[in-house]
Amino acid sequence: MAALKIKKGSTKHSAYNLRPNFSDVQESHTLAVVVDNEPGVLARVIGLFSGRGYNIESLTVAEIDHTGHHSRITVVTKGTPQVIEQIKAQLGRIVPVHEVHDLTVEGAAVERELALLKVAGAGDKRVEALRLADIFRANVVDSTLESFVFEITGTSEKIDAFADLMRPLGLVEVARTGVAALSRGSE
Amino acid sequence: MEPHAPPSNGRGLFYVKELVTLDTERQMTRQMTGAKMVVQALKDQGVDTVFGYPGGAVLPIYDEIFQQNDIRHILVRHEQGAVHAAEGYARSTGKVGVALVTSGPGATNAVTGLTDALLDSIPILVITGQVPTFMIGSDAFQEADTVGITRPCTKHNWLAKDTATLAETLHQAFHVASSGRPGPVLVDIPKDVQFASAGYTPPEKTNNTNYQPQMSGDIESINELVEALESAERPVFYTGGGVINSGPKASKLLRELVEATGIPITSTLMGLGAYPASGKHWLGMLGMHGLYEANMAMHDCDLMINIGARFDDRITGLIDAFSPGSKKAHIDIDPSSINKVIKTDIPIVGDVASVLDDILKVWKARGRNINREAIANWTGQINEWRKVDCLKFTQQGKTIKPQYALKRLEELTKSHDRYITTEVGQHQMWAAQYLNFEDPNRWMTSGGLGTMGYGFPASIGVQMAHPESLVINVAGEASWLMNMQEMGTAVQFRLPVKQFILNNERLGMVRQWQELLHGERYSHSWSEALPDFVKLAEAFGAKGILCSDPADLDDAIMEMINHDGPVIFDCLVEKHENCFPMIPSGKPHNEMLLGEASTQGAIEAGGAVLV
Repeated sequence: MAALKIKKGSTKHSAYNLRPNFSDVQESHTLAVVVDNEPGVLARVIGLFSGRGYNIESLTVAEIDHTGHHSRITVVTKGTPQVIEQIKAQLGRIVPVHEVHDLTVEGAAVERELALLKVAGAGDKRVEALRLADIFRANVVDSTLESFVFEITGTSEKIDAFADLMRPLGLVEVARTGVAALSRGSE
Repeated sequence: MEPHAPPSNGRGLFYVKELVTLDTERQMTRQMTGAKMVVQALKDQGVDTVFGYPGGAVLPIYDEIFQQNDIRHILVRHEQGAVHAAEGYARSTGKVGVALVTSGPGATNAVTGLTDALLDSIPILVITGQVPTFMIGSDAFQEADTVGITRPCTKHNWLAKDTATLAETLHQAFHVASSGRPGPVLVDIPKDVQFASAGYTPPEKTNNTNYQPQMSGDIESINELVEALESAERPVFYTGGGVINSGPKASKLLRELVEATGIPITSTLMGLGAYPASGKHWLGMLGMHGLYEANMAMHDCDLMINIGARFDDRITGLIDAFSPGSKKAHIDIDPSSINKVIKTDIPIVGDVASVLDDILKVWKARGRNINREAIANWTGQINEWRKVDCLKFTQQGKTIKPQYALKRLEELTKSHDRYITTEVGQHQMWAAQYLNFEDPNRWMTSGGLGTMGYGFPASIGVQMAHPESLVINVAGEASWLMNMQEMGTAVQFRLPVKQFILNNERLGMVRQWQELLHGERYSHSWSEALPDFVKLAEAFGAKGILCSDPADLDDAIMEMINHDGPVIFDCLVEKHENCFPMIPSGKPHNEMLLGEASTQGAIEAGGAVLV
């Protein structure tokens, strides 16, 4: 399926490439949306998803260009190819949205997430937690005699796996940032 | 020193040029209050009329309006009326309509009109007052989160927090409202921002680079469409409000294309008038209450060319059975309209006028080819469908049929410079079926949102834009009552709007659906305790006409037309008339109901859940 890459004012990348197959398969896509960092812009994006009944699996946002006041919103969403295309087109309609990239179809991309996990325990469990953290290349960022706070980065799947292993070892609390993603290569 | 006194620096001839530059610069950075900026920005954008209602949070702007004569302010009787009037103004002129309301309830009352304009892609600007910035969030008197409330019902909105950027924001608002797919925008201005002073930014200094929708269509896709057009055996044009929004040039090009190719053309409710109803290739409106020949042509065509329409559910009926054998081309300025509902084979994103221009150029350059023989057969088939005469009705007895009333209205007003607005319901569909529109921007109706109460204030907006024209609001009595307070506006501003009310003492369309799918249980669908409309008109200082006998109808309509002032025409019509043809919910185009006999068990359980 050809990707819809919408850039405002551009004639090169537009809905002409938009020939979705109307399959019923649910696909997970990572979208990068570059927006003007103005009040309410996140509400516009989130309101679009809730108002039109689309799913948000993960969402991160932060200003990436302090002089140009641009923010990058990374959304992981799920839907049929038709719904994904529609989400991208609807995002493109929002006035402060500059670019919409579908990293899932625009070539290879790296996706990373950061998580903090608090694990409390004593004895063997504590030792085991520390050993597993080492295998997953998680850092200890806080420690008491009864607990650790681990910092881990990686794909969402890796963090899921690590959290699953920590659960029987005394996992108390998890904080995750959601996915940040960039396309691979020089462009 | 006088601002225009020549500087005495002895530099001779050069001083004139320098003076001009200085003067321009002074203009650019002219200091003024936020309230004055609002009025200045409206003037610079060519606004001559504002519909509004004052209140605490917009008093500084009203004070500025008081002190000038360039912009006329029309005091409505309810903020919803202001927004619909601005819509009527915009739809009938192609310009941006402007409404001015206060904070809190003023803003929330504007929400219906904003949503209406969003669904029908009407360019309007609503300016709302807001509590002062330092009180925002404190639950102040008449405070509401206006930008939050109106975010999903505007194309874009702004909270103007700084007087220094207010003028630029207003100019950007006009740009966003009127470019690309038009729509409503809102600028919320806190009262302290209205009082504070800053430099004024004129329109030409405003940065609009952020929003520049694509206007010209992709030439490869246009070539593909022209090729399909040349070989098509059963083509049909399916046009919509996008043709009208694109401007008069789009309608002109559409007419040229239709006449040159001989391809039949139908239109949505929103697109009526883009191609003249008297045109040789006109099929009439399509859709749920569209004409038999139009819907059959849509169902059986082999090439469907959608120009500025959006495959609305009132048009498609059952999607799985929608025009099963056709190749579909879709011209739309909004990429999100393409493939939203119906899979498109040839998508073209662009402005209708620009794309039609290119289509005509390419088609002519390739030798003006068309499959004449096949299209002649196709036209023959369509003429067979026309013989069904799906709009026929019999006027007999002493009761006026609503269809008859509209037929007579058409006959007696068609030679006038006429604009029609409507409310929502059966009368709206009958008006679309029985009135003929020869030009764009002559037909103002709430299509997407279906807002009862739209037509009367809209007629006020239209009359303001076209003071010498005949403006008629075709209404049902129930819809009309929803915004009847605007009689005060019509009388105060001497707007001779004609309120042509088809009074069946019922919510006719609701009643029709209850008959067809709720076992004739007419739950709350009749109008009891109706006012005496003649006395009501007189109470407002207007003229009222009552007509119940078909024999008196023509004279009564003439009396309405000839009266120089607002008229409420209470036309008592048959109470149980149903609107046909009708595609029942959940049915395809070729399964229309044509009259009373065909309605038994017509809507199945699956269709009953649809609206």
